[in-house]
Amino acid sequence: MIKFNKVYKYFPDGFCALNKITFTIDTGEMVFVTGHSGAGKSTLLKLIAAIERPTSGEIVVSGQNIERLKKNVIPILRRNIGLVFQDHKILFDRNVFANVLLPLQISSFDSKAAAGRVRAALDKVGLLKKEKALPITLSGGERQRLCIARAVVHRPSILIADEPTGNLDAAYAQDIMQMFKSFNQVGVTVLMATHDATLLKDTPHRILALNHGNLAV
Amino acid sequence: MNTWLAQHWLAIIFTLKQFILTPFASMFSIFVIGIAFSLPVGTYMLLDNIQSFSKQTADTPQFSLFLELNASKSEIETIKQHLEQHPQVISFQFIPKQQALQQLMQVGTSGHAINSLTHNPLPDAFTVTTQHASPKVLEQLYETMQKWPNIEYVQFDSVWTKRLDAILELGRFVTILLATLLSTALIMVIFNTIRLQILTKRDEIEVSKLIGATDNFVRRPFLYFGAIQGFLGGITALAIVTFSILTINKELVFLFDLYSISFQLQHLSIEDNLSLLLFPTWLGWLGARLSVASYLWQIEPK
Repeated sequence: MIKFNKVYKYFPDGFCALNKITFTIDTGEMVFVTGHSGAGKSTLLKLIAAIERPTSGEIVVSGQNIERLKKNVIPILRRNIGLVFQDHKILFDRNVFANVLLPLQISSFDSKAAAGRVRAALDKVGLLKKEKALPITLSGGERQRLCIARAVVHRPSILIADEPTGNLDAAYAQDIMQMFKSFNQVGVTVLMATHDATLLKDTPHRILALNHGNLAV
Repeated sequence: MNTWLAQHWLAIIFTLKQFILTPFASMFSIFVIGIAFSLPVGTYMLLDNIQSFSKQTADTPQFSLFLELNASKSEIETIKQHLEQHPQVISFQFIPKQQALQQLMQVGTSGHAINSLTHNPLPDAFTVTTQHASPKVLEQLYETMQKWPNIEYVQFDSVWTKRLDAILELGRFVTILLATLLSTALIMVIFNTIRLQILTKRDEIEVSKLIGATDNFVRRPFLYFGAIQGFLGGITALAIVTFSILTINKELVFLFDLYSISFQLQHLSIEDNLSLLLFPTWLGWLGARLSVASYLWQIEPK
């Protein structure tokens, strides 16, 4: 499902973010990416959604070679991926409902069915009662959950989360973690970056540990 | 189809919201476009009027054919046939030399001098009326008649039609120049308006692109905005021109009454009016398209 083969990523200033990364993630797997800040976790996730382009190497997502994907095909790739951002990237000019609706509008989803989908997604993250609220009134944890609802509303087969528990207290973080696990249980491939070691204690899932751009096996 | 319509509906809603959110800025841009456009349109309208006015007042073109003094009756007959057969000749009149002399004597002042002549110095002549045609065609006709046998001299006063034509041609050139310059200005105005809007919508564009929006999706609302702004600018230009015609006509009636000429500025044809609305619409679309393209290019991961 997701395959990296000798992937290098250098930034224009010569900084090596990823150094010869090779791994494979199967369909339906749940995998964590760990490492200190600046280890290359975010870069790795961005490469999968073609938000960054690799300097060299091969990346295959859902059977598609994406390292040289044409510009106009990238939107199609991204519609198959749910993205949870470290900084949420919530739009503050519209309410909770409209925020979650956006991915469906983008993929020209039928508007009647869309409302049902949005409510289902909000229900899953426990924000159904706040659909009319403006994001500015939400707490940090609620914003994170809003971001998750938006990432799953179009039912992607891959869910990528960058530090989704970053600024949350332990109880909240466990909550979010459970949410991702439940998505994984219904067949979604989940890839989550986190630096929170306590969260991963006794986890049965695979861990990709990054250290200064190198993958420790 | 339904979802396709919904996408466009979304874009139109966005445009209306923008107009409501920034009423003054939008109105100013529309006025700038309207005023800029009313200039070439006004000039064009004036030229159109001058042209039709000159057509109204100019007599149908007339030629005078003077025959050689020794032209015989049969030779005159041949020229008559030539004239009858020519498709552009509407009518002609033969003026024999005696008649011409009599007419000249009737004018009076020169009668005495003519009486002292021993023989008639005047040639036989034809006056020929032709269809309306461009100076070029009339020029050709002139040359054809000049080549007929026994023709001494063909007279055709084409100088003033040529002059008018040249002036109108110059006017058209100036209009095109003006229109080109102001169209470029319009594209730039829209480019900048859209750029400002893009900046306020930066987050939305970024998020949309990240979750799989195509460039088309991002572009669409801005294209609508540019096109609608151009269209409204066109309407403003039309209003300005119409208002000018109405006020100028009031003054014109007064002026032309002094010369006892009835003349009023006519508005442009419906086709011209329609293209006047469509052209700025297209320019607005183009300006928006360029603006979004330059922004999308900037944020594209390299």
